Order: sequence, then structure tokens, then C-alpha cells
Amino acid sequence: MLEIKNLHAGVDGKEILKGINLSVATGELHAIMGRNGSGKSTLANIITGRDNYEVMAGSVTYNGIDLLELSPEDRALSGIFMSFQYPVVIPGVNNTYFLRAALNAKLKHNGIKEINAADFMRLIREKLKLVDMDEKYLRRAVNDGFSGGEKKRNEILQMLTLEPQLSILDETDSGLDIDALKIVAEGVNNFRNSDRAFLAITHYQRLLEYMQPDFIHVLIDGKIVKSGDKSLAIELEEKGYSWLES
Amino acid sequence: MSKNQQILDQAIGQEYEYGFTTDIEQETIPPGLNEDVIRLISSKKDEPEWMLEWRLKAYKQWLKMDEPDWSKLNYSNIDFQAISYYSAPKPKEKLKSLDEVDPKLLDTYNKLGIPLEEQKMLANVAVDAVFDSVSVATTFKEELGKAGVIFCSFSEAVKNHPNVIKKYLGSVVPTTDNYFAALNSAVFSDGSFVFIPKGVRCPMELSTYFRINAANTGQFERTLIVAEEGSHVSYLEGCTAPMRDENQLHAAVVELVAHKDAEIKYSTVQNWYPGDPKTGKGGIYNFVTKRGICLEANSKISWTQVETGSALTWKYPSCILKGDNSVGEFYSVALSNNFQQADTGTKMIHLGKNTRSTIISKGISAGKGQNTYRGSVKIMKGAENARNYSQCDSILIGNECGAHTFPYIDVRNPSAQMEHEASTSRIGEDQLFYCNQRGISTEDAVSMIVNGFCKRVFNELPMEFAVEAQKLMEVSLEGAVG
Repeated sequence: MLEIKNLHAGVDGKEILKGINLSVATGELHAIMGRNGSGKSTLANIITGRDNYEVMAGSVTYNGIDLLELSPEDRALSGIFMSFQYPVVIPGVNNTYFLRAALNAKLKHNGIKEINAADFMRLIREKLKLVDMDEKYLRRAVNDGFSGGEKKRNEILQMLTLEPQLSILDETDSGLDIDALKIVAEGVNNFRNSDRAFLAITHYQRLLEYMQPDFIHVLIDGKIVKSGDKSLAIELEEKGYSWLES
Repeated sequence: MSKNQQILDQAIGQEYEYGFTTDIEQETIPPGLNEDVIRLISSKKDEPEWMLEWRLKAYKQWLKMDEPDWSKLNYSNIDFQAISYYSAPKPKEKLKSLDEVDPKLLDTYNKLGIPLEEQKMLANVAVDAVFDSVSVATTFKEELGKAGVIFCSFSEAVKNHPNVIKKYLGSVVPTTDNYFAALNSAVFSDGSFVFIPKGVRCPMELSTYFRINAANTGQFERTLIVAEEGSHVSYLEGCTAPMRDENQLHAAVVELVAHKDAEIKYSTVQNWYPGDPKTGKGGIYNFVTKRGICLEANSKISWTQVETGSALTWKYPSCILKGDNSVGEFYSVALSNNFQQADTGTKMIHLGKNTRSTIISKGISAGKGQNTYRGSVKIMKGAENARNYSQCDSILIGNECGAHTFPYIDVRNPSAQMEHEASTSRIGEDQLFYCNQRGISTEDAVSMIVNGFCKRVFNELPMEFAVEAQKLMEVSLEGAVG
């Protein structure tokens, strides 16, 4: 589904990713681990098409198409979703309204009839249960007054509503307590199937305990220095990253 | 969402669609201002002697005044002698029905989207259509007449209701109040007059549309609304104007008087030509004095405005809270895009006891626009237990615009409760990217965010205006991002 070949990329003229090769097939969950500054978020931002992030060399293809040619919203509409590390607050814009607008944008893009308010409420109530969120969040503005954990759950709520093919989870576990972490992981796990793929970016191993990745890649100084299966996570937990840095 | 996109797609790159002129014959006085011009205006309108005297007195006062220069507006000098002070379609006999209206005129109204016939049947809104300086075709006169409501042109009121005019004209905005009010008092062309008798709740929303046609014609509208004891009225004002190279001056005066237990709601959606988006040239200068007085106890005056047009906007719809327990409100959304400038706000003057005022001002700056909020809350010595809540928010779109705030608070009674909140924010790249990442385009995201920002004010508008206001915001912001 996602093919990254020899990707050199960075921000503000500085090269951060120095030749990334990564292949994600449908049904797989890949974890990207690494220290702060290793390039994990840069990778996420390049895939989602954030402004100011530039590609110096290499390619990123998604289902065979050149992803780098598409605008961020077109990438989203083609099925790519990111759960943000720091979800932004949008005051004045109701959470439900926003989510329905996003869903309708997707439906419209796929030539499906837009969902009306009543049907959407039914849909969203089901999804709320999956992330153990109360309906009161629907009345708030997007992320307005949400705690860190609530924001992350709101991200997962959006993922479950939009049903993307490729989900990038950017440090979804940061700032979460154990219970919230379990809820988030469960939400993701229940959403996994053979048509979907996941890229989970994280520091810590504990998220991976719950989410059971198919592959783990360690990113150091903009390069993937080691890839392995889920046992690699335990090794990292015991030894840290330094054994890979030389 | 798709509807917004449609509207935006149409609007992007589109010329200001109201940029046309009607080519019916106009009777226009040559430019210049002197006593003879005023006499001519008065005689053309067939005014009684006392009205002419009032105008001349105002003119003499105006001559002694200086144009104010304290605003943050940057504009080239206005040559008051280069403006024509009267322009009207060929004068006709008093019109009894729409059939008698010049068909070209009706066509103009249709183009402006205010077909009188349709309004008559569907919206049930009485329309007093003001074409340049003369009021033509007043509808629903009879229905309002049944309720005892008088809604006619100001010129008619001068003739038919002189006592009311004499009693209230200049009582809220004296001729010497400011330079432009004095000018208006001397040369006002026409406007609306509304009188709601005791205990009457006006059966429909009242509205008026304006249009400036001939080049360099000052639009000097004069409006007076009087609500007697226990009455209630909601008045809507919406304007459009054609494209012009020379700046057009609009110096109107609006006076509202609310008696005991009465309520006046005055809403404006302003869409005057804002000037060329690439050069800033042309566009309307909108220098307006609007003021209401809550004369007696328990009265209420509420101003709601959505200002998206004009090259320059200079207005402070204000309330004098004289009556005990009276309430004054000001809800405003002001947009300055491209080269627009706005210096706008309100004055709330608390005189009576237990008075309350609410100010919610939302400023949006984009392009090279400069938006200034100027507000004054005065609690006078005798104003026991006064309460004011002011919220003044600005949003900046892009790197070249500006937002400025000048709140003045003058409290002379220690029992007053004042609350003031202000915020300035940008539409952040991160907010837009978040929306993009959910499949929402940047234009739609800006609309959504701005709409959310303005919601509090839009909620105060009468329903039909709320929809128009939203559309207007979207169209006015085209090209603001990216």
C-alpha cells in the first residue's frame, strides 16, 4: 500500500530523513521507534503533506500513485489519516459539525451521498462507545477544553468515523495514563483488518504491548538502522537505543 | 460543505457582481455645497419652511467645524465641493402602487436581489426601497397601517408627521455632534421613518435597501425610529452599491428612541463596494453616526452589524442608557480584506440605575486590511449598579493585516461591575493543516473557522439575514488565504 524509496526530506532547508526505505502492505501494523529528533514526526508530516516540509530525493507511492503530487486534503480523501501528536484546538467550530464535514468530504469524494445530521448522530454514538467517550464531547468545539487524553481519544474517534485505509498514529500514547492507553489501543485493534494498514510512531514499548505490531523499525538520525518483529521492542526496552547508534 | 464550495468557486475571481449602473435618467445637481444647494434640495422635496431652517442652521454649524482626524483611517482628503448633493430619478407623482414605478427601477431592484413582488408574497417583509436620494414604492403600508405602525420615507414623514419629526429629530444625534452628522443634517436626502405606537409589536421585520448610483453622489440618509411605550420593532438594513472609480461618501445618521418598556432591534448587513482588491482604489467611504436612546425605564436597544464592504468604515452605533433598568447591546462582525480599513465600535453611556450593556465585537483582518475596534463605556455618577460586559476578539488571516483595539472605560460610580475580555488570534497554519488532513479544503476550513468565530454575532441576526451574512463572509474572504 505504502512504498517509501530512498526518501531524503527535511524542514526549513535542513535534511532530517536521510534515505528511508519502507514498505507497508495492507493488513500490517508497522511501528516506528526512535529518540526525539530522529525524524519520526518528519516522516509523518511528509506522508501527510504538511507545508514547509520538503522532499529532497526519493519517492512515496500510495496504492501505486505518487503521493507527493497530491495536496494534503487529497491525500486524506484517498484514505490517509493521521492521529496528531498535538491535536490543535479549533475554537468556535463544533466537534460534531467538524466530523460530519470531514465524513461528507470523504463520501462526496467517493461519489456517495452525504450523510444527514440524524444518521450521523446515530453513527457517532456508536463510535463514541468504542473510545469510551461521553456525548458531551460532541457539544464542544474541536478539542476545546479537552485534556491531553481526551484529545487523543478524539483523534481515534475521528479515525473510527472516517475509516481510513492508512492510519498514522503519531505518538498517540504520549500523555496517556494506562487506562486511556488501553482504550486507545483497543479502539485501534478493533479497527484493524486485512484491508487497512497502520504506522504507529512511538517512543515507548508499552503501546506496542497492546497493539502487537507486525514490524518494528528503529529510526536513528534519519535512517532506519534496524527492522524486526515485535520482539525487537522488548530488546529496545531492555537496552535502549544506544546499542544501535554505533 | 459542498454548497460553500459552490459559492466560493463562483466567487473566486468574480467581479463584484453588483458593479453596474442603471441607465435611467437621473436628475443630478452639479457638484458643490452652499446655501443655494440646500434650498434647492429642500424645495425639490417640497419641504416645509421649518425643515429648511433646520438644515440651514446645521449647515452654518458645519462650516465652523473641522473634519476629525483622530481615527486610524488613512484616506485622501475629501473635496466636499466636488460632490453632488442631490440625485434622483425623474420626479413623478406620488406613487400609489408598484405598477406606477418606473420599470427600469424595478429591474434594478430585481438585479439587486430584492424583487418587491416576491418579498410581498413570501417573506412578508415591508420594503421601503430607497433609490439614491429618493424613496420609491413603499409596500405593505396598509398592513402596517392596520397595526398603527408608520413606516415611510423620511421625506414623507416630514410632510405627514411633522410633529413627531420636530419632537425627535436631532434629539439623539444633535447637529453639532460631529462633522459628518452636521453635514448630514444640512443635506440629508432621504431615509426611513418608523413609528410604533404604544403597546404595538410590529407585525413584521422592517427593512430598507440602499444604492448609490451616480458618480460622486454623497448618500446622506437620515433615519428615525421611535418606539412608544411597550412597543417592539425589528429593523433590518442591507446595502449594495455599484463599482466606481471615484470614492463615494456615505454619511448617514440614524436615531433610535425607545420609550418605557419598548424594544428596538436594529440589524445591518453591509456590503458596499470595498474598493479594487488589487489597488485599493475606489470603494465607499462609510462614515455613519448611529445612536439610540433608552429614554425611559426598562427599554432596550440592540445593534447588530455585519460589515464586510466599504473601503473605509467609520461608525460607532451607540446607546444612551437613560432609563432605569435599560439595556443596550452591540454585536458586530467587521471584516477588512485587501485594502479595506475599518475604525468601528460602540459607545455605551450609562445614566440610569441598574442599566446593563453588552458589547461583542468580532474583527477579522485579512489581506492588507486594517481593523480597529474603538469602544467607550461610560458609567456616570448617578448610574447605580451598572453592569457592562465587553468582549472584543480579533482574528488575523495572513501576515500583512492589522488589528487594533482602543477600549475606553470611564467609571464614575463605585457600584459598577465591568467585565472586559479581549483576544487576538491567527488562523494558524496548524489549524488549517488539521482540517486539510481530515479532507477539508483550506477555503472550507477558513469559512468554518471564521463562521465559528462570528457565530455569537450571527445568532443575533434575524434568520434571513443570518444566512446572507454567512454567504457574505465566505465571498468576502475569497483569496484571503494562500
